[in-house]
Amino acid sequence: MARAGAGLRSPGGLVTARTGWSAAALLPLAFLGLFFAWPVLAIVSLGLREGGVTSALVAGETWELVGFTLGQAAASTVVAVLAGLPVAFVLARCRIRGLGLVRAAVMVPFVLPTVVVGLAFRTFWPDGGVLPIVLANAFFNVAVVARTVGGLWAHTDRRAEDAARALGASRPRAFLSVVLPALAPAVGSAAAVVFLFCATSFGVVLVLGGSRYRTLETEIYLRTVELFDLSGAAALSLVQFAAVVAVLVLGALARRRRETALSLRGREELARRPSDGEWYVVGAAAVVVVALLAPVAGLVTRSLSTRDGWSFAGYAALATRGDRGTLAVTGIDAALNSVRTAFDATAVALVVGVFSAVVLVGLRRSGGRFAEVLDTALMLPLGVSAVTVGFGYLVTMDALPGDFRTSPLLVPLAQALVVTPLIVRMVLPVLRAVDERLRQAAATLGASPARVWREVDLPLVGRSLVAAAGFGYVVALGEFGATSFLARPESPTLPIVIARLMSRPGELNSQMAYAACALLMVVTVGCVLLIERLRVPSSGEF
Amino acid sequence: MRRISAALVAAALVTGCSAGTSSAPQTREVTLVTHDSFTVKEGLFDEFKQATGITVKPIASGDAGELTNKLVLTKANPLGDVAFGVDSTFASRALAEGVFAEYSSPEAAKGAQRYQVDGTNRLHAVDVGDVCLNIDPAKLGGAEPASYEDLTDPKFKDKLVVENPATSSPGLAFLLGTIAKFGENGWQEYWGKLKANGVKVVSGWEEAYNQEFSATKGTRPIVVSYASSPSAEGGKTKAVLGTCYRQVEYAGVLTGAKNSADAQKVLDFLLGEKFQAQVAEQMYVYPSREGVALPESWAKDAPLPTNPQSLPADKVKDNREAWVEQWRELVLG
Repeated sequence: MARAGAGLRSPGGLVTARTGWSAAALLPLAFLGLFFAWPVLAIVSLGLREGGVTSALVAGETWELVGFTLGQAAASTVVAVLAGLPVAFVLARCRIRGLGLVRAAVMVPFVLPTVVVGLAFRTFWPDGGVLPIVLANAFFNVAVVARTVGGLWAHTDRRAEDAARALGASRPRAFLSVVLPALAPAVGSAAAVVFLFCATSFGVVLVLGGSRYRTLETEIYLRTVELFDLSGAAALSLVQFAAVVAVLVLGALARRRRETALSLRGREELARRPSDGEWYVVGAAAVVVVALLAPVAGLVTRSLSTRDGWSFAGYAALATRGDRGTLAVTGIDAALNSVRTAFDATAVALVVGVFSAVVLVGLRRSGGRFAEVLDTALMLPLGVSAVTVGFGYLVTMDALPGDFRTSPLLVPLAQALVVTPLIVRMVLPVLRAVDERLRQAAATLGASPARVWREVDLPLVGRSLVAAAGFGYVVALGEFGATSFLARPESPTLPIVIARLMSRPGELNSQMAYAACALLMVVTVGCVLLIERLRVPSSGEF
Repeated sequence: MRRISAALVAAALVTGCSAGTSSAPQTREVTLVTHDSFTVKEGLFDEFKQATGITVKPIASGDAGELTNKLVLTKANPLGDVAFGVDSTFASRALAEGVFAEYSSPEAAKGAQRYQVDGTNRLHAVDVGDVCLNIDPAKLGGAEPASYEDLTDPKFKDKLVVENPATSSPGLAFLLGTIAKFGENGWQEYWGKLKANGVKVVSGWEEAYNQEFSATKGTRPIVVSYASSPSAEGGKTKAVLGTCYRQVEYAGVLTGAKNSADAQKVLDFLLGEKFQAQVAEQMYVYPSREGVALPESWAKDAPLPTNPQSLPADKVKDNREAWVEQWRELVLG
């Protein structure tokens, strides 16, 4: 499609467009360069300068770590995709009561602190192991699949599928040969993100792997933070980086082949009550949702039960600074900090993410080869250890005005690094699926490129944008890795407060930690429901 | 929505920059870099400010290990003026890297010097904390261990849970305690016996204490925790005082501190009567200063162990990695 569109323009105009888009690409690249590449390169090169990197690279142990890291991430991704697809179907295609709540509920696992989820899984698998690691990783990421795939699915035209059915294809056949190929870019996007999250998951592996199972991420953490073996950490970071880039390039190649323009339509037009066979899918989705909510219910129960019976003491303690002032602020204040910080992070990520997605599509249409490079670069922050980024900030950010290392802006900026790739991945499939002919028609009628974007692209992707913003917001709410390195003691976020309460003796502190988890869930559901209501009215007509 | 967001970002960036450039030299502000567990009684720093005109701004920077490494990485342009929370396990590294400047605090003679690392007056002990076994007497039915050796007794089979020394600081302290007790040649044999007696290893204190310990939610009545932990459990648990390893937490003025003179005053304050009187309540540790009263419940439930194990900081620094590796092979392999 891109090629056909390009053919309509004059060669000179095409070159101008390509140069323009390439220039525009510099903005997201500058953001990435300043807040990601510079710190990471600085800390890794510090390790490299110490020498001894090759010995770490040839150690058999390193390759065992690589094998286990990639293996568990791949298994977790498969589980998350299989569990997420039925949920995506229900969210996108079905007209059932209470869908908004389901949409909010599947987001809840994403914000829960890993140590809490790890402990919840340990009640079923007291000794940990590979299976609980895979399931816990999948547990966190079902929402990524449901949201990313659901976002595209909700707008893909039903007529092709109906035509296939009318021509005699069975429902599964129609799904496999018509629906799935159309969804492939979103499935690929989601799988890539989930894979990166799982490959770098830290808390889950630490709590559930006990001492037997280790990943590159946990080893990088140990070497950087506990052993101060920067050269070993640098070597492992390079290995992790290479593995991540390899996976991203494979993903980009897969996406490229499957790219199609789809006729996008409004969800209201497409959603209908499920019929016969579809109820099985709805049933599967219900099973997934129940499975997701089981640990959540366990946490809520835990927040209410004490050794001496039921109690609201943990919830009452949220208004305090914990047992004997464990915290610098009250639980409520921490929740407000979370809400504010996540707002800033989402704002930054939306600006950078949407801008990047637009640039990516523009680059593609104008035939720039730069697109895949930028696309891959935007994903990298998900695949690099939070400790590497955090320690990198220490050795670089003092060069920015006002010693940026201790700036309150660092937390939202670091969170934005994690959120931006998600926004790009959610918006891009929809943006790319916008039919070029609509844009050409608008241009032919005299619309400027900006006007084309405003009148054609924006209404079509508006809803995905809102969904992406909501998702990004929730991710920022639950972000722990980067935040724990950068948060200032006087303004901790809820996940930081929970981790701190969990690390103190005293029943009231752990009660309060679980109550804070419940509060985090309530805030999450509240935010998702609120954002769902904020749908742009003008985008109703597709 | 997008426009509002963009405006907010712009506003935030502007205020961020202005805050950065307006750090006038007249404001007497001292940045205190601490570990994550640092807390202080509300209003105490305000009192200090009223008395001296110095504002103390704490920045938490990870656990003791993370903090030390951050200080080393940033020694050319330190994160603050004073640092608190480098412990006896990491002290050697910080001193070897020249992170701290010399300063003889007049308050150090009141007890802190008992714990000094070397004779150079660069690190000053602020508090001490002991890692000891905690037991749940109700689940042990009268048979309580009193020493490291007791843990190998068959009547305590499958009763002990410890933290992995590679991933947990109390886990490391417990391992170091057994090395101090049984010597560099004897500790491996001891751990072999613990393994045979069903010791369970988990990765962190949170799992061990909140999930495995029978006094909270689990089934094992013996856990590696702190001497002070029983004070939070209302007398339901006890620390086994014969199994303790002492960790000292130090503070010092940073080399290259922007505000050295005031930093020294803050250090004096950390070692002074008022601050020391509240460290037990706030951080579950014991004051380094002599003659400071412990809270009432501590005197009963969590007295300071009198004869804890310890190892010289240099020895820990040189052998830590090898010991942990040997432990890993022996206990997990």
